[in-house]
Amino acid sequence: MAGKRKLSERPGGGSSDVQWCFSQVKGAMDDDVAEADIISTVEFNHTGELLATGDKGGRVVIFQQEPESKNQPQCRGEYNVYSTFQSHEPEFDYLKSLEIEEKINKIRWLPQKNAAQFLLSTNADKTIKLWKISERDKRPEGYNLKEEDGRYRDPNSVTTLRVPVLRPMDLMVEASPRRVFANAHTYHINSISVNSDHETYLSADDLRINLWHLEITDRSFNIVDIKPANMEELTEVITAAEFHPDQCNTFVYSSSKGTIRLCDMRASALCDQHAKMFEEPEDPNNRSFFSEIISSISDVKFSHSGRYMMTRDYLSVKIWDLNMETRPVETYQVHEYLRSKLCSLYENDCIFDKFECCWNGNDSVVMTGSYNNFFRMFDRDYRQDVTFEASRENSKPRSVLKPRKISTGGKRKKDEISVDSLDFNKKILHTAWHPLDNIIAVATTNNLYIFQDKLN
Amino acid sequence: MEVDRGAMECAVDAQSLISMSLMKIHSSRTQRGGIKLHKNLLVSYVLRNARQLYIKEKYAEIYRMQQYEEVMAVCSGIQELDPLEPLEPQGAEDAEPEQPVRAAGCGEESRAAGGREPEPPYYRSCCMEDQFSQNCNKTTVLDLDTHVVTTVENGFLHQDCCCAAAPQCAPGAAARKRKVDSAACSPDAEEPSDYTAGRKRLKREECSGADCSPDASNISNLISIFGSGFSGLLSRQADLEQVCSKQALASLGAWTRAIVAF
Repeated sequence: MAGKRKLSERPGGGSSDVQWCFSQVKGAMDDDVAEADIISTVEFNHTGELLATGDKGGRVVIFQQEPESKNQPQCRGEYNVYSTFQSHEPEFDYLKSLEIEEKINKIRWLPQKNAAQFLLSTNADKTIKLWKISERDKRPEGYNLKEEDGRYRDPNSVTTLRVPVLRPMDLMVEASPRRVFANAHTYHINSISVNSDHETYLSADDLRINLWHLEITDRSFNIVDIKPANMEELTEVITAAEFHPDQCNTFVYSSSKGTIRLCDMRASALCDQHAKMFEEPEDPNNRSFFSEIISSISDVKFSHSGRYMMTRDYLSVKIWDLNMETRPVETYQVHEYLRSKLCSLYENDCIFDKFECCWNGNDSVVMTGSYNNFFRMFDRDYRQDVTFEASRENSKPRSVLKPRKISTGGKRKKDEISVDSLDFNKKILHTAWHPLDNIIAVATTNNLYIFQDKLN
Repeated sequence: MEVDRGAMECAVDAQSLISMSLMKIHSSRTQRGGIKLHKNLLVSYVLRNARQLYIKEKYAEIYRMQQYEEVMAVCSGIQELDPLEPLEPQGAEDAEPEQPVRAAGCGEESRAAGGREPEPPYYRSCCMEDQFSQNCNKTTVLDLDTHVVTTVENGFLHQDCCCAAAPQCAPGAAARKRKVDSAACSPDAEEPSDYTAGRKRLKREECSGADCSPDASNISNLISIFGSGFSGLLSRQADLEQVCSKQALASLGAWTRAIVAF
């Protein structure tokens, strides 16, 4: 796209030289949030042109970036609604008398093969759907056997023949479910990941990981099963899984115990034996009632290079080198000041919040969310971190985001926010970074904020 | 597990954490979308951690009372509460709290005749059902539908035995010989499944309830006990309010060594 700077031309995207500006906010403005509007997943496609969100009501909204205008080549295009559809409906499992949540847990885009776009969406249980999003801007006119309104003509009344022609029409974006992959999971699905072979994908629930072929809906292969013979012996569950970005035989899955296992599908059909296990020994000084909870990994993401992976647990982000299993190469504290508040966070259930994390396009910066609508960026090259807030107050177009500071000590400086005044109902769990540019999408409870770096 | 209580800003004590955790497990049954396995597993860890600390404090409490008859009464009360919990050894120091139960249960006997093994009845656990058996064949399960605690005939549940990590150590035998060697069993630091049975019954979407055989005669009602904050166990309710310090725990160790010496 004209005017778009490559990330390699600018160092990082870290706080040293990049100024982040507000660009857009999507969603209702009221404070009264309907449960169905709560955003549950955010994902850019592979070019960054499309941005998809899923919500608790089972809806998917796709935004498309407008092409940059020739008048203002320095301005990036805005994201506007491209398509909206209902992906999952509330269901009832009659066998177990369970209401199945229609909340969209994950959306993953498929690499684009033709004019249409494809994405996979999964709800909390049971089904994964492959959606085709296609544009239509022409329609045929002049059928011989059909009237314009679609009624069939009596063949005897046809006296002449003509060739139908395509006439332009208003652009219509259609989303149609092309595949429904159902009934392969007993437990709640937490992850889906498309393989680099573009033919298969995996889906993971609490205890199992299944491998699917995109064309085949009636069966899948089980590749990981950690369910113990006796459920009372259960000690950990799978929390996230992802395919390696280049090696189609490699995937990782994280557990509630804070471990990550890397598996090679060439080794055996059932990958219960891991090829590598990444685990950092626990610091005995930090032992508490809640040690097990805060070490549970909520997200795992490979770097674009495939050399590293990042994990998110309750208080920190860790970067692992795939060649070193004994400890992470980098650890970033997201909100260490919460360590002394774990009991209250347990009481109000916040300690169970599952934060996600993401890499920027050249793997130099990582980002994750926090409370009070804060989100954090960690620049790996410059060893700097910054905290920003997504709020309506900072929502003037192109206004520069001011870094926020939390005061942990007794004395609170001006402009600092004390830990006790943080709003734990305002949490940013889902963030996404444009794969090729410094544009980020940050989801608060029911709003989607888009920020971009300031172009000079 | 040593809990750094100083790190906790809020006033947390094991009791409130236990009741909080049970409430969470109970309310998760009515949440939309079905029982969340992951969350309930994490809650069970908190429950286990809190219960371990509570039981340690309980034994320190016993030490302070220094009345063996009263200790015996308490022990039977605790035992009914935790029939599976011989306090798995996590380290040499952690193994000690178990000693006073056994030794105290012997009462005069063990002090007088050092080689005698404690009598089992006041300390029923799965390990002691059959001294020579390698397997535990009973477990206690709380059914949150009926609020009844039942003993389940089950298969091998090695985590619930005191010596999960040491196959060479027969669980029953170790329980009896503990006073001889406090580290009879190799420590097993990871005892994640040693949680209150309520979680087991609740979180499993497929219940192997076919094995349940109610045995109500000696079983107390867990919910009522937890509801009253364990105060139903002891006659001296006021003492429950006090939190045991590390000193109490340390002196507990000295006391048990003294008992062993006899």
